[in-house]
Amino acid sequence: MARLVLTRWIPLLILQSFLLAVALGSSRVVVEEEFTEALLLKPLPDRKVLAHFHFENQAPPSNSHGRHHHLFPKAISQLVQKFRVKEMELSFTQGRWNHEHWGGFDPLSSTNAKPVGVELWAVFDVPHAQVDASWKNLTHALSGLFCASINFLESSSSYASPTWGFGTNSDKLRYGSLPREAVCTENLTPWLKLLPCRDKDGISALMNRPSVYRGFYHSQRLRLSMVDSGEERLGSGMLLEQSLTVVLQPDTVSVEKQLQPSWSLSSLFGRKVVGKCVLAKSSNVYLQVEGLAHPETQTLWTNAEFELSIKPDRTLRELSCFLFVFDIDKSSDSEPFDLGLAWKLPSKWSCQQAPLHASRFLMGSGNERGAIAILLKATESHDKLYGRDLSNGRCTIKTNIFQIFPWYVKVYYHTLQIFVDQQQNTSSEVLKKINVSPSTDKMSSGMMEMMLELPCEVKSAAISIEYDKGFLHIDEYPPDANQGFDIPSALISFPDHHASLGFEEELSALPLLSKFKEESLVRSYTEVLLVPLTTPDFSMPYNVITITCTVFALYFGSLLNALRRRIGEEERFLKSKAGKKTGGLKQLLSRFTAKIRGRPVESPSLESPAAQSSVLSRKLLFKIILVAVAAAAWQYFSTK
Amino acid sequence: MTKDDGEMADEQKKKKPCRFWIWALSSVLFRLILISFSGNLNLSSRPEVSTPLTSIRRLAEGYWLKQASMSPYAGSMYHGSPLLLSLLGPLTVQRIKGQPSHLFCSLVFVIADILSALLLRGIGHKLQMAYGLNARLLGLLKSPRDKEGILPCGDIAALVYLWNPFTIVCCVGLSTSPIENLAVILALNGAVTRRVPLAAFGLVMATHLSLYPAILTIPVIFLLGYGLDAPPLKLFLQTRNVESENRSTSSASKQAKSKPIAKLPFLWKTVLHFVFWVLVWSLCVMVLCSLSLSKHGGLEEMFKRTYGFILSIEDLSPNIGVFWYFFAEVFDFFRNFFLIVFHVNILFMLLPLAIRLKHRPCFLAFIYLAISSLLKSYPSVGDSALYLSLWALFVNELADMKFSFFLFCGYLGVSLLSPVMHNLWIWRGTGNANFYFGNAIGYTCFQIVFVVESVSAMLNHDRALKKCNSNHQKIESTKPSEGKLHHT
Repeated sequence: MARLVLTRWIPLLILQSFLLAVALGSSRVVVEEEFTEALLLKPLPDRKVLAHFHFENQAPPSNSHGRHHHLFPKAISQLVQKFRVKEMELSFTQGRWNHEHWGGFDPLSSTNAKPVGVELWAVFDVPHAQVDASWKNLTHALSGLFCASINFLESSSSYASPTWGFGTNSDKLRYGSLPREAVCTENLTPWLKLLPCRDKDGISALMNRPSVYRGFYHSQRLRLSMVDSGEERLGSGMLLEQSLTVVLQPDTVSVEKQLQPSWSLSSLFGRKVVGKCVLAKSSNVYLQVEGLAHPETQTLWTNAEFELSIKPDRTLRELSCFLFVFDIDKSSDSEPFDLGLAWKLPSKWSCQQAPLHASRFLMGSGNERGAIAILLKATESHDKLYGRDLSNGRCTIKTNIFQIFPWYVKVYYHTLQIFVDQQQNTSSEVLKKINVSPSTDKMSSGMMEMMLELPCEVKSAAISIEYDKGFLHIDEYPPDANQGFDIPSALISFPDHHASLGFEEELSALPLLSKFKEESLVRSYTEVLLVPLTTPDFSMPYNVITITCTVFALYFGSLLNALRRRIGEEERFLKSKAGKKTGGLKQLLSRFTAKIRGRPVESPSLESPAAQSSVLSRKLLFKIILVAVAAAAWQYFSTK
Repeated sequence: MTKDDGEMADEQKKKKPCRFWIWALSSVLFRLILISFSGNLNLSSRPEVSTPLTSIRRLAEGYWLKQASMSPYAGSMYHGSPLLLSLLGPLTVQRIKGQPSHLFCSLVFVIADILSALLLRGIGHKLQMAYGLNARLLGLLKSPRDKEGILPCGDIAALVYLWNPFTIVCCVGLSTSPIENLAVILALNGAVTRRVPLAAFGLVMATHLSLYPAILTIPVIFLLGYGLDAPPLKLFLQTRNVESENRSTSSASKQAKSKPIAKLPFLWKTVLHFVFWVLVWSLCVMVLCSLSLSKHGGLEEMFKRTYGFILSIEDLSPNIGVFWYFFAEVFDFFRNFFLIVFHVNILFMLLPLAIRLKHRPCFLAFIYLAISSLLKSYPSVGDSALYLSLWALFVNELADMKFSFFLFCGYLGVSLLSPVMHNLWIWRGTGNANFYFGNAIGYTCFQIVFVVESVSAMLNHDRALKKCNSNHQKIESTKPSEGKLHHT
C-alpha cells in the first residue's frame, strides 16, 4: 500500500495497471474507484434555466482500515470510519425552490429541493447509546470541513430523531437544520476540494462563483451512502454523490416578450467547458426539454420551436420530455464545448406537480402566543396522478408531515385542528398516525410526525396548532435579537407517490440517468417561519438586580423592625424608670442584662455586679470561641 | 355561650345572614354571567391570572399527553399535580356545542370558590366568638351591648373572598388557584374547628398542589396546640395577678407568681394526632400519584417537574411577580446564589414571626401566606385573593391599620396598570419589558407595605389591649373577673 502512495503521481495508465495487478494478485473482487461527472440543463417555464451538476465518487468495499484512496476524498472516508456513518446527507441552500414553476414531481425536485440554510441528517451504525455522541462529533467534523456553523446542531435542542415521518425508517437517524445559515463561496470551495479535479477541469470548471451565486436558487448537496457488497468480509463500499443545483436567469434580452430567452453555457456561467476531467470515467452534459408541441424524431435538436448549437450525441425520450445527451470528450482548448439553446417560437409548458402544494404560515399577532398553520392545496395535475390507494374502496392521498419545533415555540398539541375543505374534521377521520415528542425547555426541541389520509377529491386541507412564545434568558438571544427566530421548514412527503424518469433506451448505465430511474419519494419543504420573540431590556441587568434586591432588603428590614419594636419601647420605658429612680449606670446595665437573660426585672439586686461581669466575660469568651470554631471549620472544609 | 349571647345572635341573624346570602348568591350569579362571556374576555391567558403552574391550557396539554400514553410531564408544559390532572383533565375535553369551552372546569372553580367562602365564614365565626370571649375575659366588654361593636368577620371575609375582583378573575380565567386556595382554607378551617384529619388533609393537599403552604404547618400546629387567636398570655396573667393580689396576702401572691406564669398548656396529644394524620394523608397522596404515574417516571419525575420547577424558576414568562425578569437578566454565574437567597428569604422570616405571633396562629397563617405570595416563584392574583380575604378575618383587630387607603389605591392602580403595561410591551411593542417589570415592582412594594403594616397593626393592637387592660385594672381593680383561659 505504501507503494501505492508513491505511485500516486505516476500517470493514470500505469496506476491502473498496477492496481489491476494488485487486484489479480490478491484474487479479490475489487471494483475500482470510480468518478463520474454530469451536468443537466433544463429550461424552466418561467424563463429561467436550471443547471444541475452531479458528481459521483464510488469507492470499492474494503475491510482494511487506513486504506488509501486515489480518487475518493480521504476526509470523507475518515468520517465514515471514525463515526461509523451509514448514510448521510448535507445540503447548503440559498433561496427557495418554486414548486409551481420548477416542478414538484420529478426526481430532480424531490431530491434537490432543499430547505433554506443547512440541512443535515445521518444514520449511524453504532449502538443506540452512542448515536447522540457520534452525531455531535460528526457535526463538529463537518463544521470544520465545510467552514459552516454546523456545530450548532450539536446541542440537543436543535436536532431531532424522526421515527417514520422523514421517510427513512431508522431509529439511529438524527436530523437537524439551521435555517439561518448563510451559504456562500466559503462553503463551496471545501465542497469542490472533494472532487478529484476540483474546479480546474471538466464540468466543474463552469462554476464561476459570481454567476452561481447570482442565481435564484442554489443548493449544494453532499450525500454519502454505504453500498453493501453482499459479502461479509469485504464490508461495504462508499458512494459519495455531490450535486449543485442552481436556477439562473439568462440575461439575454429577447425581442419578443413571449419568447423564452435563448442562452448558452458561456452566457449562463461566463465560461465554457474545455475538456473533461481526465480522472472521470464518464463526463456528460444533458439537456432536458419538456412539453414539446410537435416532436419530430428526425431533427429534434433543431425544430420549429428551438435550435441547439451543437448536435446531440443521443436523444432519449420519456413520456413528457426529451433528453439530449452530449459527450464532452471531444472538446478541447481550441474547440470548447459551449452548448446553446435558441428559441424560435414562444412556447409554454408546465411542470408536473406534487399532488398537494404545501405552504406554512403563522397566525395571530403580538408576542405572547400564536398558531402555526400548514395549508395543503390540491394542484392542477392532481387528477392525472397515479399511485392512488384504492384498497378500501375510496381513493386517498397519504401525506406525511414532519416538523421540528424549537423549544421556545411551546406547542400545545391538544389544540391541533385539521380542516378539510374548510370544514373542521374530527382528527381520527383524516389523521391516521401521529407521533409527538414534546420539547423540553432549553433541553430538547419538539418534533411532530403525522400521517394524513386525505380524500383524493380534496381541494384544500389545513392543519393548525397553537403555541406560546417562550421567554429566554438574556444570554440566549442572538446578537440581532429583534430580527426574530426561525422555525425550520416542515417536510411534507407523499409515501404513495414516487417520482422517476425512465427512458426507453438502454442507456441507464449513465450515472445521472440511473439516478433518475430510481424511484424517489415525492417530498417538498415548506417555508421557514420567522417568529419574533419578546426581548427583555438588554441594558438592564445591573438595574434589575439592584432594584429587586433593594426591594427585598426593604421587606426584610422593615418586617424585622416591626417585629422587634417592642424591645425598643420597653427599653425606653425602662430607661425612663431607671432615670427617675436612681440614675445609676450600673443599675441600668444590670437591669438591661437581666432583661436579656429573661430574669424578672424586679430582682436585679440579688446578683452582685461582679457576678454580672463574670457572666458577661464568659459570654464574650463563648462567642469568641464560637467564631473561632466556625472559622476553623470553614478553613477545614474550604481547603478540603 | 350564655343565654344573652344567644339572644343577641338571634337578633343579628335576622338581618345579617339574609343579607350575606343575597350577596353570596349574587356573586355566584355574577361569575356565571362572566363565564358565559369568557370567550371574549380571554382571561385565561392573562399572565396575572394563569402562571405556568396554574394555567388550564397547560393542564389540558398534560391531559392530552397522558391520553396519548406519554408522561404528562413530557415537555415543559404541565407542572401541576397528577391528581388534579385526573380530576380536571376529563373536564377540559368535554364540550357542549354553543357553550364556551372549559364550561365544566369553570363550574368546578365556582363551586371551589363557594366552598372556600363558606369555610372562611366558619373560621370567621370561630374567631369572632373567640374575640368576644377574650374581650370579656379581659374585662373590656362591660355590657352585652358592646358585643354589637364586634364586626361579623366571618361574613365579611367570605364576602371579600367572593367579591374580590382577583378571585373572580381567577375563577373565570380558569386558573387552578381556586382549588389551591380551597385546600389552604380547608386546612385552616380544620385546625380552627379542631377537626384534626380535615386539617391534615387540607395541609397535605395544599402542599401537594403548590409547595408553599408547607410553611402553614407551624400555624396549624399552634392552632391545634394552643387554641384560637387570643391576646398575649401576659394580659390574662396580669388580670389574674391583679385579681389574686386583691384577694390574698402578699405572701400568697409570691407563691402565685411562681406558679401560673409557666406556659400555656400545649396539647401534645392533638398535635401528635395531627402529625399522624399528615403522615397518613401524605402516604395516600404519594400512593395515588405513583399509581397514576406508574408508567411514566413515577414519583421522582413528579417531584422534579413540580417542586423542582417551582424551586429552580425555569420558566421566565412574565407574571405579576419580579423573579421572572430578575432571572432573565441575572448573570448565569449568580443564578444559584440568588435562587437560594430568595427561597431562604421566606424561611428566614418564619421563626421571628412564629415567636412574636404565636398567640395568634390564624394571623400568623395569614402573614405566612402573604409572605409566600410575595416571594413565590410564579405568583398570581389568586394568591393575593387568598391573603386579602384572610386579612378580612381580622377586621376587629386591624381596625387601626395605617395606610389602608393608600394600599387600596395601590392595589387598584397596579391591577389597572398591569394589563396596560403588558399590552404595550407584548402586543403593541411600543413599550419594553421595564414597563411591566416596574409595575410588578410596584405591586411587590405594596404587598410589602401591606404585610409590614398588618404585622405592626396587630402588635399595636396587642399593645393597646395591654394599655387598656392596665388602665382598666387600675381603675376597677376590685372587680373580680374570670381567670380561666377560654381554650382549656
